[in-house]
Amino acid sequence: MKLGRTSHTISVLVENRSGVLARVSALFSRRGYNIEGLSVGPTQDPEISRITIVVSVEGHALDQVIQQLDKLVNVIAIEEMHESSSVQIELLLVRVSVTAENQDKLEALVAQHGGKVAEMAPTSAIVSLTDTSAKIEALISALHPFGILELTQSGLVAMRRTI
Amino acid sequence: MNGAASLVRSLEHAGVDVMFGIPGGAILPAYDPLFDSSIRHILVRHEQGAGHAATGYAQATGRVGVCIATSGPGATNLVTPIADAQMDSVPMVAITGQVPSAAIGTDAFQEADIRGITMPITKHNYLVTNPLDIPQAIAEAFHVAASGRPGVVLVDIAKDALTAETTFKWPTSISLPGYRDHSQPSQGDVDDAAALIAQSTRPVLYVGGGIIKANASRELLALAEASGIPVVTTLMARGAFPDSHPLHLGMPGMHGTVAAVTALQKSDLLITLGARFDDRVTGKLSTFAPVAKVIHADIDPAEIGKNRKADVAIVGDLKLTINLLLPALKAQYAKAHPDFTAWIKQVNSWRSTFPLGYDIPKDGALSPQYVIERLGKISGPDTIFTAGVGQHQMWASQFISYEKPRTWLNSGGLGTMGYAVPAAMGAKVGAPDTTVWAIDGDGCFQMTNQELVTCALNNIPIKVAVINNESLGMVRQWQTLFYNERYSNTDLHSKRIPDFTKLADAMGCIGLRCERPEDVDKTIEKAMSINDQPVVVDFGVFRDAMVWPMVAAGTSNDEIMVARELAPDWDSQEL
Repeated sequence: MKLGRTSHTISVLVENRSGVLARVSALFSRRGYNIEGLSVGPTQDPEISRITIVVSVEGHALDQVIQQLDKLVNVIAIEEMHESSSVQIELLLVRVSVTAENQDKLEALVAQHGGKVAEMAPTSAIVSLTDTSAKIEALISALHPFGILELTQSGLVAMRRTI
Repeated sequence: MNGAASLVRSLEHAGVDVMFGIPGGAILPAYDPLFDSSIRHILVRHEQGAGHAATGYAQATGRVGVCIATSGPGATNLVTPIADAQMDSVPMVAITGQVPSAAIGTDAFQEADIRGITMPITKHNYLVTNPLDIPQAIAEAFHVAASGRPGVVLVDIAKDALTAETTFKWPTSISLPGYRDHSQPSQGDVDDAAALIAQSTRPVLYVGGGIIKANASRELLALAEASGIPVVTTLMARGAFPDSHPLHLGMPGMHGTVAAVTALQKSDLLITLGARFDDRVTGKLSTFAPVAKVIHADIDPAEIGKNRKADVAIVGDLKLTINLLLPALKAQYAKAHPDFTAWIKQVNSWRSTFPLGYDIPKDGALSPQYVIERLGKISGPDTIFTAGVGQHQMWASQFISYEKPRTWLNSGGLGTMGYAVPAAMGAKVGAPDTTVWAIDGDGCFQMTNQELVTCALNNIPIKVAVINNESLGMVRQWQTLFYNERYSNTDLHSKRIPDFTKLADAMGCIGLRCERPEDVDKTIEKAMSINDQPVVVDFGVFRDAMVWPMVAAGTSNDEIMVARELAPDWDSQEL
């Protein structure tokens, strides 16, 4: 995900109930804010899920949307995650063209970026990488010469650093 | 027992004594045990009427209003009153039947995703498919609707959850980990507010509907008198502070008094209590009260700084807030007593120079403001007034003197035409010994008057004053002022069709008509003397009357006009 200068990562702890994602996302859409990235998943408590939202909103509007989120009955806690003080990771899957001649070169490149070749087919390969947005951007750039056939990325997940 | 019996028992446990609704297929199982319940169910003629009646009941009594409808169209007909009540922070619980859970999502007969539809217009909502969850959902719904900033909670229950066998267990506690109690104000914030007040020279108590929700009118009166600070009451706060009080400057906003609007504009400190800087109050926001610092006290933290930055924010219940603020303020005053003499002299000068007024039509036609003024005078300060939306609503807010909270009910935020008659019905059910007048326009009245049938059949003798100017009057006023008097689709012809007296008669009400100023008092007195039937009075009024003062939408409050093309003569005033 190419993060804009005004992007903010908001981590929202919610009760694990049906409809809660719709309530949260509706608060952004009714104000015309586009959600750039979204991930929803379990936490250590089966009753509680975490929604991580990356949204391009600034200042007063961001405060407002956080205040409104806080009013949702199913929202337990909200925290803005800053890049400097949290671990922020996302997942990339990308299918690139390969030939018998450049398969080794691809393997080496992916390993150098800390990724994996998840599938090597005769004419294409699936590459995966779990890392920061910047590292993912770097791998995508490096893969361009091979020819990108298909690309999918998850939203961010984030965790605050203790130090 | 089945889920339906569990629902009815849950409603009884929640303290419901009355609800307004209409049965239908999906909710039908609930109506069977309801037949034997202590809860009074009032069968309305349209679900919108049920919703506004629940709102009127809640506004008049302070209790949670309850409405009930079936799935699909029954539920969607509740959408307008739900949005209306939520905008005005009215505590309401709406119960809807839903198609059986196996059919949900299949476009089944009378299916509508009412939980999805009402997500942005409720405080919270539920879809219940397991009958065991019914008591918990009802208990939570009433708690959420009534606590904090009140609002609407909808509980949608699948038909199979109503018919399945279950066991009833009323929850002993409510666990909502994400629902926080903000009622206790911080002493530090209150002290900061007291210090700001003591330093101010031109303070105003800017009072909103939150004072009425918090039942804090008595505390407000004590605060105003102890501090010597003038008060303005917004449309939602009319009655929160006595109109007759010498510190009261009237209503601010688009159709506010010159004194109230100007006091806010010139103020150096707004003490904002349960108000939300709505655009109808602020006018062009960037020019609103330009030199004022702001104290903002509200139970909803999301209101703080939403439209106007607060210099001191107090999040909490207003009654608790004022009870903390009073001693803090007295301590400040003991150190240095601020002198508001010049400011009070100034606001009193604005009030006496620019009183509310209206022109009497020269041809002997009936002035709508005069009718409304007489209604207020003759009915007295205990009467509950409801209004629709438009010119008659503004005149009813201006020309009736409200002395007590919960005597003025209207649709402030959403501006729902058709609110008056069903809200009056609900208010009368909640306060059966109080005279309830619905002041309605001929446009509004034709949207929801069928609830007069409900009133006639259920011994709910409300009184309706139709201020009949044969048009959508407020829209027509804007056409006069901003659209070169091109009256596109605002002429309702309602002096010819329908005949409101015959319509009243057909609905089991007494119909009266009044078209001459000399008949106004005796017609009102006649209506006041009828207490065993609803009464409808058709007041045929001068159609070109306009609401003044006016701050045109989107312009600055500094551009207030006291009449067409007539700004106040500020030169005669020291500013």
